[in-house]
Order: sequence, then C-alpha cells, then structure tokens
Amino acid sequence: MDNILSIVTFIPAAAALIMALFLRGDDAAARKNAKWIAMVATVATFVASLFVLSGFDASETSFQMVEQGSWIMGLQYKMGVDGISILFVMLTTFMMPLVIAASWNVETRIKEYMIAFLLLETLMLGVFMALDLVLFYLFFEAGLIPMFLIIGIWGGANRIYASFKFFLYTFLGSVLMLVAMVGMYADAGTTDIAMLLKHEFSYGTINVLGIQVVGGLQTLMFLAFFASFAVKMPMWPVHTWLPDAHVQAPTAGSVVLAAILLKMGGYGFLRFSLPMFPVGSDVMANFVLWMSAIAIVYTSLVALVQEDMKKLIAYSSVAHMGFVTMGIFSANQQGLDGAIFQMISHGFISGALFLCVGVIYDRMHTREIDAYGGLVNRMPAYAMIFMFFTMANVGLPGTSGFVGEFLTLIAVFQVNTWVAAVATTGVIFSAAYGLWLYRRVVMGDLIKESLKSITDMTTRERWIFAPLVVMTLLLGVYPALVLDIIGPSVTALVTQYDTALAAAADAVTQVASH
Amino acid sequence: MELTILFAPLVGALLCGFGWRLIGETAAMWVSTGFLFLAAILSWVAFLSFDGVTEQIQILRWIESGTLSTDWAIRMDRLTAIMLIVITTVSSLVHLYSFGYMANDPQWPEGESYKPRFFAYLSFFTFAMLMLVTSDNLVQMFFGWEGVGVASYLLIGFYYRKPSANAAAIKAFVVNRVGDFGFALGIFAIYMIFDSVQFSVIFANVPEHATETISFLWGEWNAIEVIALLLFIGAMGKSAQLILHTWLPDAMEGPTPVSALIHAATMVTAGVFLVCRMSPIMEFAPYATGFIVVIGATTAFFAATVGLVQTDIKRVIAYSTCSQLGYMFVAAGVGMYSAAMFHLFTHAFFKAMLFLGAGSVIHAMHHEQDMNNYGGLRKKIPFTFAAMMIGTLAITGVGIPLTHFGFAGFLSKDAIIESAYAGQSMYGFWLLVLAAAMTSFYSWRLIFLTFYGEARGDKHTHEHAHESPMTMLVPLGVLAIGAIFAGMIWFKPFFGHVDEVGKFYGIPVAEAGAHGTEHVEGAEDSHGTAAKEGEAEHHYTFVGKPGEGAIYIAPDNHILDDAHAVPKWVKVSPFIAMLFGLIMALWFYIWNATLPARLAENQRPLYLFLKNKWYFDELYDFVFIQPAKALGRFLWKKGDGNVIDGTLNGIAMGIIPFFTKLAGRAQSGYIFTYAFAMVIGIAVLVTWMTMSVGAN
Repeated sequence: MDNILSIVTFIPAAAALIMALFLRGDDAAARKNAKWIAMVATVATFVASLFVLSGFDASETSFQMVEQGSWIMGLQYKMGVDGISILFVMLTTFMMPLVIAASWNVETRIKEYMIAFLLLETLMLGVFMALDLVLFYLFFEAGLIPMFLIIGIWGGANRIYASFKFFLYTFLGSVLMLVAMVGMYADAGTTDIAMLLKHEFSYGTINVLGIQVVGGLQTLMFLAFFASFAVKMPMWPVHTWLPDAHVQAPTAGSVVLAAILLKMGGYGFLRFSLPMFPVGSDVMANFVLWMSAIAIVYTSLVALVQEDMKKLIAYSSVAHMGFVTMGIFSANQQGLDGAIFQMISHGFISGALFLCVGVIYDRMHTREIDAYGGLVNRMPAYAMIFMFFTMANVGLPGTSGFVGEFLTLIAVFQVNTWVAAVATTGVIFSAAYGLWLYRRVVMGDLIKESLKSITDMTTRERWIFAPLVVMTLLLGVYPALVLDIIGPSVTALVTQYDTALAAAADAVTQVASH
Repeated sequence: MELTILFAPLVGALLCGFGWRLIGETAAMWVSTGFLFLAAILSWVAFLSFDGVTEQIQILRWIESGTLSTDWAIRMDRLTAIMLIVITTVSSLVHLYSFGYMANDPQWPEGESYKPRFFAYLSFFTFAMLMLVTSDNLVQMFFGWEGVGVASYLLIGFYYRKPSANAAAIKAFVVNRVGDFGFALGIFAIYMIFDSVQFSVIFANVPEHATETISFLWGEWNAIEVIALLLFIGAMGKSAQLILHTWLPDAMEGPTPVSALIHAATMVTAGVFLVCRMSPIMEFAPYATGFIVVIGATTAFFAATVGLVQTDIKRVIAYSTCSQLGYMFVAAGVGMYSAAMFHLFTHAFFKAMLFLGAGSVIHAMHHEQDMNNYGGLRKKIPFTFAAMMIGTLAITGVGIPLTHFGFAGFLSKDAIIESAYAGQSMYGFWLLVLAAAMTSFYSWRLIFLTFYGEARGDKHTHEHAHESPMTMLVPLGVLAIGAIFAGMIWFKPFFGHVDEVGKFYGIPVAEAGAHGTEHVEGAEDSHGTAAKEGEAEHHYTFVGKPGEGAIYIAPDNHILDDAHAVPKWVKVSPFIAMLFGLIMALWFYIWNATLPARLAENQRPLYLFLKNKWYFDELYDFVFIQPAKALGRFLWKKGDGNVIDGTLNGIAMGIIPFFTKLAGRAQSGYIFTYAFAMVIGIAVLVTWMTMSVGAN
C-alpha cells in the first residue's frame, strides 16, 4: 500500500462526506446511523494506522512511507512519518473511537456533531503527517474550525465567549507563523519540509528597528513560530483561553482538545523550531525553560483553588505541558524522549480525566466541585477509575505519567538546576490539587440529597476507560514501547541540533578572529 | 525464589481486590494472607541461606533513554535480605491479626464489604515495599517509594467517610512529596555525575568523583555532599524526621494494623534503609552525614518530649516511632550503618507488637483510644497486657548492663548510643540519652495509665472489655519472641567484631597487621584514642571497596571498634536513663497520681507547647498552606483574569463589539451555516486533493 498515510488521513473525511451527502432527516434511525458511521470510520482509521505502525522501521530516521504529488497552483502534496510524528498519529487514531463512544448520548444535531469530529480527525492526522509547509499550515489552521464549532454549538452556557477566545488566540498566533513561512520560502526556495530541515537559515546578528537580534533570521523565525505553538501548547502566559475552552466544550471536545490538539504545539517545536532554527532555539532556550518552570508552579497554584472540576484539570494540563516545553528546550536525548512521552501519556491521562468529569456531568449536569462529595458510596467503580487517573496525573511511578515527567526533569537538571528545582516542586503541587479534588468529589459521606440516587458507571463507560487504563499502565511499566520507536529519530535530531550549534559557534569565532 | 517473594503479595492483592466477588470475602482474605505467609517463609529461607555475595536478577527493561538505562531488577544483598524478613514477617502477622481486628468494624454499616479492600491494600503495600528494598537502581526504588506512599494514603484514608481520615491521608501524601522532591533532585544529580542510576555503577565510581563539584542553584558544591543531602531530604519525608514529621501522628487515623505495619515497622524505616543503602555515598559526605546526625538526634529528642503528654494511645506510640527513627539516623549519620539496621530490625518487632497490642486494647475497649478512659485493664486482658509489657521492656531497653543479655531494644539502642559517643557526636550522644529517659517515661506511663489504677471513663465499656481472639493473639506472641530474642541472637552479626560484621554484610576484612601502619595513623588522626584500641582485641579491619558487600565502611571509619571501647559510664548511661524514666513514671502515675495534673497546671505554657506538638502544624498552616492558597487565588483572579486577559482584551478592544454582533448572529444560526459551509468546502478540497494525487 503506497498511499497508506493518505488512506489513514482521509477515511474520517470520507465518512464525513458520506454522512453529509447521504444521511437525511433527524429521526432516531438517522441518529443511530450517524453514530455508527462515525464509530466504524474511526475504528477503521485506527486499524489502518496499525499498518502504518507495523510497517514503520524505527531504526530509520528519515521520513518513511512518503507520498508525494503535485497539487493545485504549483504546490505539492507530501505526506510521511518519522519517529517524531508516528506516535502522534497513533495517539489520534487511538483516541478518536473512544471520543465517539463518549459522545453516544449527544442529542442535538448529532449528524453535524459527528461530521465535525471526523473532519477534525482528518485535519489533526494531516498536521502530524504533512511534509509540506503549505499543507501543514492548511491542516493546522483548518483544524481550528471544527473545534471552534464543537465548542460554539455543543458547548456550555458561555460557549460563544469561549469559542471566540479560543479561535482568536490560536488564530492570531498563526498569522505570525504564516509570515515566517513566507520568509522561509523566500530564503530556501522550497516548501518541502524534508528539504527545509537540511537548509541552513542565516543566523548572523542583524539589526531590526535598532534592536540587535542575536541569531538573526533564525531567532526571528523562531519567535514567529513560537507565537503560534506557544498558544497551542498552551504556555504561560498565553494559556488563558484553555480553561475557558475546556469548561465550555462538551466532554468529547475537551478530550480531543487535551489529548490531541494541544500536542500540535509540541509537535511543531520538534518539527520546525528545534531542527530548522537551532541557533534561534539556543538563543531563546533559557527563556523558554523559565517560562515552562513558571507555568508549572503558577498553574499548579491556580489549580489548587479552582471550584470547577474541568477548570482544575485544564490548569493541570497547562502545568503538564510545561514539562513538555521544558524537555524540548533542554535539547538532549532525555528531554526530547521525555517530552514526546509526556505528550503521549498526557493524551491518555488527561483524556481520561476529562472523561471522568463527563461521567458525573452527564448525571448531575454540573461541574461545580462543591456539588459533589461522597460519590464512592454509590459509585465504587468510578471511584477506582478516578483514583487511578488522579495518581497517574500526579506522576506516580508505574503509570505513564511518571516516565515523561522524570525524563524531562532529569534532562533539564543537566542544563539548568534552578529550572529543574523550581519545576520539581510541581510534583508537590500536583499531589495537592489532585488529591484535594478527589477528596472533595469522591471521598466523605454521601450527604447531598441530589446525589442519593446517582448510579455507577455503565458498561459503555467502563469500556471507554478500559483501553486508557491499559495504555497508562503498559507504558508506565514498559515504556520501551514508545521509547524504542522515538529513540533513533530523537537521537538524530539531537545530533543535528548539536552539530548545527557547533558549526555556528565555529563560524562566529572565525568571524571574530578576522 | 526472590521473584516469588516479590510478586506473591502483588498476586495476592490483585486476587483479593478484584476477585473477592467471585470467591467470596473470607476466601479472598485468606488468599492474600496465604501469599504473604508464603513470601515470609521464603524470605526467612533466603535470609538464613544468604551467603553474603551480592546477586543481581534482571526482570524487564524499564526507562531507557540515551545513556540513562533502568531495568526492573532485583539486587539481593544482606540489606535486602534483612528488609525482606522484616517486611514479610510483620506483614503476614498483620494480615492474620486483621482477621480479628477488622471483623466487626463499627465504622461500616451492616452488610457493607470493606475487608477484601483492606487486605488488598495491605498486600499491595507489601509489594511496593518489597520493590523498594529489592531494587537495584534508584528509579525502581523511587517506584517503591511512591508506591508505599500511595498504599499509605489509601490505608490512612481507609475510613473514607471520616473527614479527619481523608485530611490525614492527603497530608501524609503531600508531605511525603516534599521529601520526594529532594529525593528526585538527588537522583537527577546522581545521573548527572555518574551517568547511571544503577547502584553497582554508582558505588564503584564514588571514589573517582569524590572531589568533583556540581553547580547547583546558587553555588558550586561538592557533588557527593549535595547528592547525600538531597537523598536525605527524601529520607526525612518518609521517615518522619523533624520538619517533615507532621504527617506521622495524623496517620494514626488509619486502622491500627496499618499503623503497626506501615507507620512503625516498615515504610517509615525506608528512609533509614535509603541512607544505609547509599552508604558508599554517605561515607564521602562528612557534612551531609553531620547534618543527618543533628536532624536524627533532634527528632529523637523532640518526639520524645511530645510523647510525654499525649493521651491518645496510638499517638504516644507514633511519637515514639518518630523518636526511635531519629536514633537510627544518628547511627547511620556517624557511619555505623550496621547499628542503624540493627535497631531497624529489632524496632520492627517490638514496635509492631506495641501497636498491635494497642490495637488489642482498643478492640477490647470498643474503639476508645483515649488513655484517660482506660485504667486497670491488666486483669481483663491478661495476654495483651503481657505482650505490651514485653514490648515496653524491649523499647525502654531493659537488660543487664555491660553484658549482651537483654531485650531486643537494650542491645540495639545501646549500640546506637555507644556509636554516637564513638562518633564524637556529643550533641547526638546526650540528646539520645535524654530521649532514652523520656522513652522510658512515656512507655511506662502508657502501661500504668492503661493497665493499672482505677478504671476510668465509660463504665459500660469497661464491663464489656474482653480479650481478643486467637487471630490477634498469635501475632502478638510471635512478635513477642522477636522482641525478646532478636537482639541477643543477632547481636554479633550486626554489632559484633569487625570480622563478624564483615562476614554478615559480605564486606572483605583483613588482618589489622597487614594494613597496620596506615590504619593506626588514621585512628590517631581522627580520634586520638589509639591507645585504647591497642588493648581491645582488635584483629581485623574493613578493606572493602565501595560496592563490595551490602554496606561500605571506609578504611578510616573505626566507629565499630571505637564503640566497643567507649568508657564504661557511656555504656551504662542508657540503662541509668531508663531507670530514671521508670522511677519518674512510677512516681507520677502510681505513687502520686495527682502530680501530672498539678504539674500541667503549674507549667501551663510548657505543657501546651508539648501538647500541641511544638505548634508545627499551626506554623505550617500559617507559613505554607494559607499563603499557597492565597497566592493561587491571586494568580487566578488577578494574574489570569486582570493582567493577562485584561491586556489581551484591551488589545482586542476594537474587535469586541464585532464579537458581540457575531455572537448574536451565531445564536440565530447564521454563523453555523456559514462555518459549516466552510468545513464542507475544506472536506471537498482535501478529498479532491487525494484523488488528484492518486491520479499521479
């Protein structure tokens, strides 16, 4: 199968198209069909992606299964995966069937709802596989639209504010990225990502409006990309759209947002910033490390005082993404391994936590922490699942949450012990807010009248959690499943980065000696 | 065999926790208990047949990234073997005991199932603890370290309907995490210096890095010192040493068997184990170990003072545990790791027994824990009384001075006090002797208040006080044997002559003659007591390199010999302290029972200071917890709300009215149609894109 990547990418879109064209009416049968088409399509995508995984050779660090063709207006269509991107593809295809299953009880506009999610899947997969700048940008930006709709139409009471905030933040960030992309094309004469990775962008110090920019063009481009990816991650202080978006989004929307969409920022750093602008990255690395450390402490403290469950988990997400950026800009093997691992693991764990909120939100229609208490008395299975993922979120060794945190911290310690020490306090705070949330929701006596008849998880809900539990444990006990796949590509990236920096340093000394 | 020991408790926990609906409650409980007894028997076999040679067993790859490589693996050496028997013996007895203790727990309504969950947690704890002690690298040890933390959290909060239990559980976990913060940084620093986290690699390379510096935070430091200190911070959390001790007394909210297993015999000793395990590092870190001595001695003293005035029977024993752990750290800090392990070993027996005995009293008294409501119980529950007596004789250190004949605590505690003196730590020595007097006082106070005098409190409860069932008495009996004999039987391997200790731990020793010159020099330099050494029958000296054997004792570390040669008054001092404490307790609670109340009245500020545990909780609440919450609220409302959103909204000021218009339209459905069309457009575009590629 030469075009397996395109097949994986476009199965959901094709299903969406079929649904849009042929599915008529809004009766029970049509709803059922919509749900099942979406389910079949996402499962099929997952199965197809397994072929990608089984055909993938981890020891090969260049792009694999590449598809290339010319497209409209002289642009090219190019897809491929390497060790950095393949697991994000897998994460996406793995999570989507669960997301669809979690949406089984959606009532309003179910057809459009499923179409939005299916399109979103195609666009997300496209982001991780695109090997052309324009194609990447298209996928990256287009992904905003379905998410915008999901929040804006199926969201909570304040959804309009949240959806616009989400859209504007991420969109404004992207505009700068577009400018940088045009600049890259002008400098390198190609939009092919594989070629851009080999191109050396100039890094001589330049003067912009009277300001000396160390690292020159690279730094400027780094910053432009940074604006976009930092918002996506999201990094402090441009994170404030995320809690609002999460709170207003429907459960499935939150899951996709936390589990997959946020990873686009991290992926962007790994695909563009670090390898293409090594000098720029190096110039800005300390700044980013500090931003990450601040993010971890700041958002953990804020999470401590939240009264809304989803907001609390959203802030915790920002803190966990802080570990990712910290790992990436440590720019060593453990840092990058840890960052990728943390992103994958966070996909499972935060996804599961938002699902946990969804389970009781479906029953009580409130996210207010104070509205709950003592759920363990009537929902023992739920209590156990929630405990498990709380502990995973806290980074308990044996769960996947530990590996990423540990690797990123051990990486940053070698670069900057201050940042490491500040960031490590995150392990204290995460325990505090995680267990405090758990206590208020699950522990205690069941006193509130409204909760007296609450029911435990249904079979469908249990089956949604089962794969997530398995993955969280499996990756926690045997992380080689991930590390073996990403390892060689990460090594190549680190080597390339170090070589580029060494060359740049040589060049600078030569200039100085003249 | 090691694998069976390690995984039997896990299998038991899983079968019991998840399988009880299928096989029934009682069967599930027996399954987990059975697996534990299996592990205990095998542990004893492993311990007794162990030949001192370190053995490593690979199980599975774990985290591998670049030069960082960790495995799931077992390191079997003497330290591991000691911990194995301590953990599995106490744990299996506690499992058995729980059959009786948890039989009719009044915390639960009739018909509610809680026992399998309890047993599953206990077994899971045991598994995590075994992972901790069998680990061959620091990261797996951290796994066990956190695993026992979780088990402890779950068991302290076992009565999940009780708010105080939930609060105590969180407190235990979070305070431990503060320690873990140090432990984690220690691991990072070790990896940075040694490029490995595996014990055998680290140990072998310590001398090479002994003078290396590391730039950590604001300064350049000796790397080994920094590592030792950071690891010790982890130990302080887990072993409830001063500053990070506040969680331990609150942890008594858990059921009493939990207190015996986790908060007396095993988990809290993990910190001591860590320091002993890292002895090759500690031997090269004189400042860090000095700090350990100070913290340990201060904790021993502090906890003993607080123990004097507590009235909750479990809290008295909890502070006693805290204090005894301080003893162990002093021993480890002066370089006498073997004495620390000795006390850890004997303490596990008598402290577990004291807790289980207290549990038996509580059980008899319908879950009344206040000693003010006890009194005169020795006739009602004679077996429990006998067990508590043995435990008290052991912890206070009763024995015949200047011989090796006495209860377990007599031998191990004296070993520590002598080591402290030999280690030139007068601060440690005197505080420990004072603490020994107080230990004796509060332990006897507990006995007198509980078993002697008039029956106080609820009459009805006293009338119905009854002896516990066999499942509870048998564990007490077994532990009593340990509390009496463990010290005498294992005195030589733990604290005998150099050759005996060396053989026990697998440390190479050599005739002193062969290394005579360099040795004598060292002794004169650092001790000035060489003359005394000459007359001691001192034939051997440790010559192992770091990593050879279970612990490392540097060639210039002569504490063991020096401890045997301390003056007679030093050797007798703990005994005198013990007698003093006993007499004071007799005076206060038997001869003149009104005295305590009067004293508390006269010395009110001092009494309140002790009663309120030196106000640590209040201080922490004021200094850490409230500010953290206030800061969180401030950052949220002001930081996120006003500054960040405010600024961005300000920028977007011009666009906001436009927003509202759009929003208005969105609700009427226009925008949906518009955006939906856009999505469909993209769908068509990308689909067409694929088709056209296919055509190429």
